[in-house]
Amino acid sequence: MEWLELFISAGFWAAMLRIAAPLIFGTVGELICERAGVLNLGIEGIMTMGAMTGWMWVFQGGTLWGGVVFAACVGAVFGLLHAGLAVHLGLSQHVTGIGITLLASSLSYFIFRMFLPDSTTPPKVTPFQPLEIPFLSDLPFFGEAFFKHTALTYLALAIIPVAIYGIYRTPLGRAIRMAGENPVALEAQGIDVLHIRTGAVMAGSALMAIGGAYLTISAFDAFFFGMINGRGWICIALVIFASWKPGRALFGALLFAGLDAFQVRAQQLAGGAIPYQFFLMLPYLLSIGAMIVISKSMRYPKALLVPFRRGDRI
Amino acid sequence: MQLEPREHISAGRVILAPIAAIIVAFIICSGLIMWTGESVFEAYGYLFKGGFGSRFAISETLNRATPLIFTGLAAAVAFRAKFWNIGAEGQLYFGALAATILGAGVITLPSILMIPFLFLAGAIAGGLALIGPVFLKTTLKVDEVVTTLLLNFVILLFVNYLLEGPLKDPMSMGWPQAAAIIDEGVLPALLPRTRLHVGFLVALSSAVMIWALMRYTIWGYEIRAVGANATAARFAGISINRTVMLVAMLSGGLAGMAGITETAGTKGYLTLDLSPGFGYTGIAVAMLANLHPIGVILSAIFLAGIYVGSDSMSRAVNIPTYIADVMVALSVLSVLVSLMFVQYRVRWK
Amino acid sequence: MAELHIKGVTKRFGSLTANDNISLNVATGEVVALLGENGAGKTTLMNILFGHYVADEGSIDIDGTTLPPGSTDAAIKAGVGMVHQHFTLAENLSVLDNIMLGTESLFSLTSKVSAARKKLDALAKEYNLDVHPDALVGNLSVGERQRVEILKVLYRGARILILDEPTAVLTPAETDQLFANLKNMVARGMSIIFISHKLHEILAISDRVTVLRHGAVVGEVVTKDTDRAKLAELMVGRKVSRPKAEHMQAGAPVVELKNISIAGEKGMPEVLKNVDLTIRHNEIVAIAGVAGNGQRELAGLLSGTLPQSSGEILVEGQPVTNNNPLQFLKMGFGRIPEDRHHTGTVGEMSVWENLISENLRQSPLWRYGRIIDFAACRKRAAELVEQFDIRTNGIEGQARLLSGGNMQKLILARTLTAEPKFILANQPVRGLDEGAIAFVHEQLLNARSAGAGILLVSEDLDEIFSVADRVAVIYHGQVSPLLNVRETNIRQIGAMMGGDMKAVA
Repeated sequence: MEWLELFISAGFWAAMLRIAAPLIFGTVGELICERAGVLNLGIEGIMTMGAMTGWMWVFQGGTLWGGVVFAACVGAVFGLLHAGLAVHLGLSQHVTGIGITLLASSLSYFIFRMFLPDSTTPPKVTPFQPLEIPFLSDLPFFGEAFFKHTALTYLALAIIPVAIYGIYRTPLGRAIRMAGENPVALEAQGIDVLHIRTGAVMAGSALMAIGGAYLTISAFDAFFFGMINGRGWICIALVIFASWKPGRALFGALLFAGLDAFQVRAQQLAGGAIPYQFFLMLPYLLSIGAMIVISKSMRYPKALLVPFRRGDRI
Repeated sequence: MQLEPREHISAGRVILAPIAAIIVAFIICSGLIMWTGESVFEAYGYLFKGGFGSRFAISETLNRATPLIFTGLAAAVAFRAKFWNIGAEGQLYFGALAATILGAGVITLPSILMIPFLFLAGAIAGGLALIGPVFLKTTLKVDEVVTTLLLNFVILLFVNYLLEGPLKDPMSMGWPQAAAIIDEGVLPALLPRTRLHVGFLVALSSAVMIWALMRYTIWGYEIRAVGANATAARFAGISINRTVMLVAMLSGGLAGMAGITETAGTKGYLTLDLSPGFGYTGIAVAMLANLHPIGVILSAIFLAGIYVGSDSMSRAVNIPTYIADVMVALSVLSVLVSLMFVQYRVRWK
Repeated sequence: MAELHIKGVTKRFGSLTANDNISLNVATGEVVALLGENGAGKTTLMNILFGHYVADEGSIDIDGTTLPPGSTDAAIKAGVGMVHQHFTLAENLSVLDNIMLGTESLFSLTSKVSAARKKLDALAKEYNLDVHPDALVGNLSVGERQRVEILKVLYRGARILILDEPTAVLTPAETDQLFANLKNMVARGMSIIFISHKLHEILAISDRVTVLRHGAVVGEVVTKDTDRAKLAELMVGRKVSRPKAEHMQAGAPVVELKNISIAGEKGMPEVLKNVDLTIRHNEIVAIAGVAGNGQRELAGLLSGTLPQSSGEILVEGQPVTNNNPLQFLKMGFGRIPEDRHHTGTVGEMSVWENLISENLRQSPLWRYGRIIDFAACRKRAAELVEQFDIRTNGIEGQARLLSGGNMQKLILARTLTAEPKFILANQPVRGLDEGAIAFVHEQLLNARSAGAGILLVSEDLDEIFSVADRVAVIYHGQVSPLLNVRETNIRQIGAMMGGDMKAVA
């Protein structure tokens, strides 16, 4: 029964939101790229870069929001690189993405070491503090669970309706969806496919980087090696689970985060009966499970992974 | 800007382009070196000396190249069929597990049999690690990029658990490591007073065998056809599922053998830090070699040289060791771009 | 309303000159037909007009203003609208979405959907083109999709309408409807460029005809001053003659389909319903029908790539137990697929590797178990290249560099060299020029004489009536009983293609 008590504890729900936030940024970011027809396997590296640059900005004396913006810009630059290679040159998107992850990760660590050559324990910054919302934050249970989060956490949640509106209700969103389904149709309406795809990848990468920064300046307060720990890849699975829809992405991220939060507490409850490693495996196994569950009804954007070469004989 | 396919692709271009690309990558990296304040020529000098400048250095480089050849081949074979096996790291550890479980005293055979036995066990174990993702792909069309990659984390945690528990060597004084491989299983040294062992020769012959397989056999033809155009391959009577499974078993098996060379050769026993990312680096090795099995040998030695050299370089000058990873990543991207220009001509509108 | 002048346009793709110094004028309210066989350069010229390609030489004027090259946006703003041969629609978006795309600034934060809906309704009524704005394009029939394409172009205020082979996917009745709509538009001042290789349609709809051959203009005539024979000769450059089937006594059945059904994807109706079909030795059976009525599934069934949900296939009386391409090849099936590039060849591999792709597992081509005998393969490939007159840059060259006609010859060579007892020919002459068409038909007729039974899936009624012995019509997944070609006519078949299975000759 102690296991069920888990769900009555406000701390559990708060943890769930904190774990979900970076996943939301990453999943929505990847979703935008893939909707436009580009697989972005650079996500793991871009999140690492976002984590490092966001933190470094604050460490060097900048503001927290400045760090967020800086991380987003850096992410967009890597997005531009990925787009240049995969969209303009038409290189294999798998291979380019893996290359970008290698580059972004290694550059993050190199730059970090350049600024902090001899620290063995990573130094800390003052991260985003939980916001005090009058009346709401003082509610019993709900206050601690949902209304004592940092501004960046609320931003993650706000991204969802913005993404839904953007993708389904604006001309740009329509163009992005078309780019991932039938790029020739887009060209036939006078819109440059390469520009749309590049823009989508840059925007998506910016979001991914913010997701990384969330870890270093909101959830925690320091940058250490290997901190992304596979979250980027989990986002890729979540995009498929969400059938490329932002609303479902939120559901998927929350579900996953809930199970992850559960796993952390379950470790404590299990005492030593089950080795802790098996609990740590759960998030990864669950992601694989999510992909299996959705596999029957999966419908990829038709033009995903297909490079568009203008002037090819139509 | 427009890209049109070239009608004739000269062999000379295919070999020169990657070399030019790597030089470009090194030039870009020299910018990073200048930021550290060190002299670029000095730094590259230490790098080269550290990797290739002495008998010992070369032996270290070739030793480091051994698992990279295996994981490079694993990626090359898989990617050729467009089977994106990113799980070589986990498959390597699975192979290492097989070496530990079977090679630490459970079975004793004379050296001449024990060593092939261990390699075989490692290959089978590596292939087994891919059964799940392959099955999911062929029956449910679940993308293998994510499944193989996430499995890496799962396998590493599993190995972690085993090393702290059932496989823990009681004589290791508390460190999480497994029992040592028995003497009959240890790979003999190739060069006295170095760490270079027979595994290197096994790696070289594996590369040659894979090359022969891809070029001269029907399986190689089918693998290439499936990777180039699966629809047309199926139409022509090739079984996609069987080809993918063959590719997966080969790929996983090769990665598993990398686990053997490290456990039975370099280190002698299994620890959690057995591989500093050989599985992932293998992908870079394969991409640099344009998926060519013999090219993998050269590419692996080159990358091994960078890693070994940068260790020694960072002892001599004040440059973070991560520069090696940056060099590798830039080389990979640069080579990809150069190979594109070998195949396509640019036309400016 | 709009005067179009194309002046001296030239376009090259590598060593191929697709358009050679072409000039063309279209006046307001005029219908100009662009006639030429496949590969003559018609689509290339229109793609240049619409901004998909940039011409190497020449220019285009609309109402006296030069059109900026390479910009589809500029072309659209100048009043050019194009209905492409392969529809440019996104299947998972609605009709309204497809039409609104590109009409509003990408920086706009809102999308004026209700205004668009009203405008679309008005247009639909004015031009008598019926559509449901919220329907998903993926659920529409081919004819409905074409209406969406036309509305898309009208929505953007096109004054010059380009139609690229619009009737290839329509039944004869739908074609009549389209022509009525076009006449309506012309009466309102629309200029139309009508691309086709179908002579009777050009004679029916156009005011003038410009004929292209090998990329150059070889003739311009006023429609009422010409006839089919003159146009055909201009188009091909010599007296046209396609091989015709001579009467032949058909043999025993080689392939029989008994009560075959194939279920649709979940929720969708069956794509093949209780199909009975018999193909005998020494005969060519044709399946006529508009695209999307089950031909693809029928072809997939007989290629071994799509199994049936119920019913059986008999080969020379024996039921087939294992539906896969390799099995079918072993049983003596030859298959010419609909799509040369995606299904028929592996573009990256060489010509010789493609020529032996289906024969690889037969003994003369390998030894010691699984090693390829390169010498034997290359020798066989060279023989086939010679025998079938495949123009290549050597057998080591990549297959994707072959022209459409030569790629089809490669596929034919590979298929026929195995001396199959049954051949599935799926749109075998689509996109080929007259010379290649004649070659393909000749080869098929030869195979028929040699004893093969051939199932020809075709959208071209001319082809069916010249080459086939018997014909059936496929409509909504059902196949009509077989008719002797000599006992029916285009009118009956055309009506059946439109769904009237009880039509009489």
